[in-house]
Amino acid sequence: MTSFFDVLIGGVFHASVLFLVAAGLQLVFGVQRIVNLACGSFYALGAYFGISAVGWATAGGLPTWTFLPVLIVSGLVLGVVGLPIERLLRTVYKRDEAFQLLLTFALVLMFQDVLRFFWGANPKQLGNLSMSYGKVALGDVSLPTYNVLVMLASVAIAVSLGWFLQRTRHGRILRATAENREMAAALGADVRRIYASVFTLGTVLGTVGGALVVPTAAASLDMPVELVVEAFAVVVIGGLGSMRGALVGALVVGLTRAAAISFYAELEVLAIYLIVIVVLVARPAGLFGKPVE
Amino acid sequence: MKDAPGRVLLVGVAIVVVALAAFPKVASPYYTTLVLPAFGYAIALLGFNLLFGFTGLLSFGHALFVAIGAYSAAVLTGKLGVKSFEAIVLVAGIVAVIAALPVALLAVRYVRIFFGILTLAFGMLFHSFLFKFYNLTGGDTGMRVLRPTLFGTDFKELDKTTFLIGPYYYECLALLVVLAFAMWRIVHSPFGLHLAAIRENPRKAEYLGVRVHRFRLLAFLISAFYGAVGGAILGVNIGQADPELAYWTHSGELVFMTVLGGFASFFGPLLGAFTFIFLKSELMGATEYWRFFLGVTLAVIVIAFPRGLMGLASDAWTKAVRR
Repeated sequence: MTSFFDVLIGGVFHASVLFLVAAGLQLVFGVQRIVNLACGSFYALGAYFGISAVGWATAGGLPTWTFLPVLIVSGLVLGVVGLPIERLLRTVYKRDEAFQLLLTFALVLMFQDVLRFFWGANPKQLGNLSMSYGKVALGDVSLPTYNVLVMLASVAIAVSLGWFLQRTRHGRILRATAENREMAAALGADVRRIYASVFTLGTVLGTVGGALVVPTAAASLDMPVELVVEAFAVVVIGGLGSMRGALVGALVVGLTRAAAISFYAELEVLAIYLIVIVVLVARPAGLFGKPVE
Repeated sequence: MKDAPGRVLLVGVAIVVVALAAFPKVASPYYTTLVLPAFGYAIALLGFNLLFGFTGLLSFGHALFVAIGAYSAAVLTGKLGVKSFEAIVLVAGIVAVIAALPVALLAVRYVRIFFGILTLAFGMLFHSFLFKFYNLTGGDTGMRVLRPTLFGTDFKELDKTTFLIGPYYYECLALLVVLAFAMWRIVHSPFGLHLAAIRENPRKAEYLGVRVHRFRLLAFLISAFYGAVGGAILGVNIGQADPELAYWTHSGELVFMTVLGGFASFFGPLLGAFTFIFLKSELMGATEYWRFFLGVTLAVIVIAFPRGLMGLASDAWTKAVRR
C-alpha cells in the first residue's frame, strides 16, 4: 500500500512539473502554431538561474525560508527573455512550419552553450534547502513539505491559467486569435502584441517551472533536451493545443513514469512512448485535440 | 539528358566525383577521415530528402534509421560473424525497411507537425530501448562495430586509418554514387512526380487518382533504407554504435544539414552533409562553445537563406549567366 502511495505521489509531483512545461508548449502552439523545441531550454534556464538567485539572496542576508519566493520571482523575471526570442521568431511566422521548428532547434543549440558558459558543464544543485520546510505526514507516508508546495503551485497556475483563458477579456481575445488569426485581426485584435505576450507567457511557465523544481533535483545540461521530449509526449497524449490535454497528459506521463520506475526500471521511458503510440492509433488527435486536417 | 543543362550537370557531377576520388591523395588523413562520415550522412540525407524535400513530410526522428544501420553493422560483425560489408549494407537496409513499416503505416496518416512529432516519438522509443536494455544493446556504451571485409578482402595488413581512408573510402564513394544515381532515377520517375504532386496538393492528387498514403509509405520505406545504409557506413567508420545515434537531437542535425545545403535541390543535402561535417569539426577545434555557433549558423540560414547553399549558388549562377 505504501509503495502504491509512493508511486502516486511521485507521479503527481512529476506531472505537476511536466504540466508547467507542457502548458507553455500548448499555449504557444495553440495561438501561434509553433512547436517550440526550446521550451525545455527555458525550463533549464529557470532552474540554473534559480540556483544563482537563491545564492545571491542568501549572500544578501535574506533568511533561508525566503528561497521559495525568491525562486518564483527569479522565474517570473527571467521570462523577459521570451521577448527578444519572439522578436527573432517573428521573422519566420509566414514561412513553412519546418523553418519555425528549425529556428527553435537553433535556439536549443545556442542555449545549451549559454548554460554551459554561465554555469559550467557539471550539474548544479541547491543542496538540502528543500528539506528546510520540514515534512508533512499523509496517513502513514511522509513527504517533504516543499514537494507539496510545488504541486499546489502547479495546481494554482493551472487554475489561474484556465480562469485567464476562459473568463477574462484578454483570454477571450487570445482564444479568438488561436481560432482564426485573420478574423481576430480584422476585428481589431493586435495580433503582433498578442503573439509577443503569448510567447512570453509560455516562456514564463517554463522558467518558473524550472525554478520551482530545482531544489528537489539537480540542474544539468541534459535537462533541456530530455524534458522537451517528455513534454512532447504529454501534449501528444493530451492533444496538441489543448490545456485540458496538457493536464491529463502530464498526469498520464507522470504516473506512468513513476510506476515504471518502481516496478520495472528498464521501461521508464519506453512505457511513455508506447502510450503515446497507443493513444495516436486509437485517437489520432490525442485525448482532447481537434481532428487533424 | 541530351539538352545543354543536362550536359552541364553531368560534367559538374563528374568533376565532383573525380575531386572526391583524388581527395585522399592530396589532403591529410585527418581531412580524409572527415569525408567518411560525410559520405554516410550524404546517403542518409538522400533518403531523408525524398521524404522532406520531395514529398513534403518533415521527419524529426530519422536518426532512428541511421541508428538501425549502425547497430545492424555491430550485430552482424560482432555477434553473427558476418564480415562482408556489402552484406552488412544490404541487411541493414532491409532491417530498417522492416522496422519502418509499422512506423510508416501509422505516420503517413499525418502531415506537417504531427508527422514530425510522431516520428520523433518513434525515434525516442528506439533510443530508450537501446539505452535501457543493457544486456541486449550494451546500454550507453553501445556496441562495437568490427572491421568488415570489402568484396571478400579483409586488408589485414593495413592499420585502421589506412584501411578507412584507403579501400573503405573508395567503396563508400562508389556506394554514394550508385545510390545517388538510383535516387535521381527515383525522383525523376513517374513515382517521383506523384510524390511532388502529393507535396503540392494532397487533396488534388488524391482526386486525380494518386494513392496518397501508399506513395507516402513507399517514400518512407525508401528513405529508411537509405538512412540505414548511411548509418552502417558511420558505424564502421566510428567502430562503434551508440544510443546517441537515435537521439532526437541527431535527427535535428539531419534536418539542419538538409536545410543548410538546400532541400529544394537534389544535390543540396549532399552539399549540406559535407559542409556540416567540416563546419562542425572546425568549430569544435576552435572553441568549446561550438554548439552555440552551429545554432547561430542554423538561425542565419533559416531566417536569411531558406534555400540554403544551393539556393545561393544558383542565384550567383543566374547572375553570372545573365552578364
